[in-house]
Amino acid sequence: MKPAPFAYKRARSTEEAVALLGEKDARLLAGGQSLIATLNMRLSAPALLIDINRIDGLDGTAHKDGMIEIGALTRHAAAERSNVIAQHAPLIARALPHIGHPAIRNRGTLGGSIAFADPAAELPACLLALDGEVEAAGPKGKRSIKAKVFFKGLFETALAPNEMLTAIRVPAADAQTRTGFAELARRHGDYAIVGLAASARGDGKGLTDVRLAYFGVGATPVRATKAEAALASGNVDAAIAALDLDPPDDVQATGAVKKHLAAVLLRRVAKQLMETQR
Amino acid sequence: MNEIDIALTVNGEPISERVEARKTLVDFLREDLGLTGSHVGCEHGVCGACTVRVNGAIVRGCLMLAVQCDGTIIETIEGLSDSGEVADLQAAFEQRNALQCGYCTPGMIAAAQDLLNRGGVPSRDQIREHLSGNYCRCTGYHAIVDAVESVAQERNKARAGAKR
Repeated sequence: MKPAPFAYKRARSTEEAVALLGEKDARLLAGGQSLIATLNMRLSAPALLIDINRIDGLDGTAHKDGMIEIGALTRHAAAERSNVIAQHAPLIARALPHIGHPAIRNRGTLGGSIAFADPAAELPACLLALDGEVEAAGPKGKRSIKAKVFFKGLFETALAPNEMLTAIRVPAADAQTRTGFAELARRHGDYAIVGLAASARGDGKGLTDVRLAYFGVGATPVRATKAEAALASGNVDAAIAALDLDPPDDVQATGAVKKHLAAVLLRRVAKQLMETQR
Repeated sequence: MNEIDIALTVNGEPISERVEARKTLVDFLREDLGLTGSHVGCEHGVCGACTVRVNGAIVRGCLMLAVQCDGTIIETIEGLSDSGEVADLQAAFEQRNALQCGYCTPGMIAAAQDLLNRGGVPSRDQIREHLSGNYCRCTGYHAIVDAVESVAQERNKARAGAKR
């Protein structure tokens, strides 16, 4: 199918984009790799598309105050090539190759993936596992929103209708940072049936601060807190027994299958977390 | 604001057109410019039949709007064919029966060329992964992987020979 007609404006600055968001039925167009698909299928039909692709300074990666800040318009492909992300945000580096396909990653943006908040997407779970935050710009200026309160429901975030996500921030990894990532999909690059993004701290003996963020198991990324505690005590079997997930059935698999696969992934990710190399 | 003037370069030719905002890149190429080598399959980014290059990077032609391509350099399968850049891939696809109906082939060639441009000889797994976003409903992929692998080896040999 073809998109329904809409007006198109190219924003030159974040302020201009935010002002345009005040117009009736306006949507931001970032990488467009989900939005344009929904336009083509007429699942969405906004009156105005605000193209933010040519706003200067909205992409790129910086290491400041112990945090890695990634501009919203950073393309997945650029993030894959980034040394800063490879060295200081290793969980995101692990997740990126699983997102879509090369042609999708050339256009798709990190900010778009987070703001769209698909419950089966990789990056929202990474942000939650890393206890990261998003930066949002609105008519009254900028504010930070922690990941744990950002993802509110199915494709629903804490962004107000006239706010725009401008960057994400995650703590910079150090020598004790441990990360793990695994997902199961029918075809490489498809949305996961179930996936797991994890972070922890390790001193060579055990793990602390274990954070397990599952995706594809509910309306938002979901932490398995009981399994986290069990894994910190070093017992993978106990962590699997404690897996506090109740995934609903979806088109890809039944909840029971998803729960089984979640345990399979936990074993794989626990192994990654326990390796010294982060 | 529903129609916008754009100026871009397509296969080396400067183009100026007025397009509807809602027109996707692949529809613009096919309907306005008559470049029907890029195919429209699923129209939601799953099948890869519309793969083209924008400023040197492969993209889904159905997931970009024509208006977004203002000022860009576009290369389609017609351009890649005319320049001879993918002649060896095309020959290998034909020799190894890596196409039957041919619907996916322009996208497959563009995606394969993107991988081979990274240099070296990718493993069969890497080839499969790189082409994972391109559906073929005829061949079962085996012959496609064979073709891409053989071209990678030939190009690598040629590069080694040129260095000597």
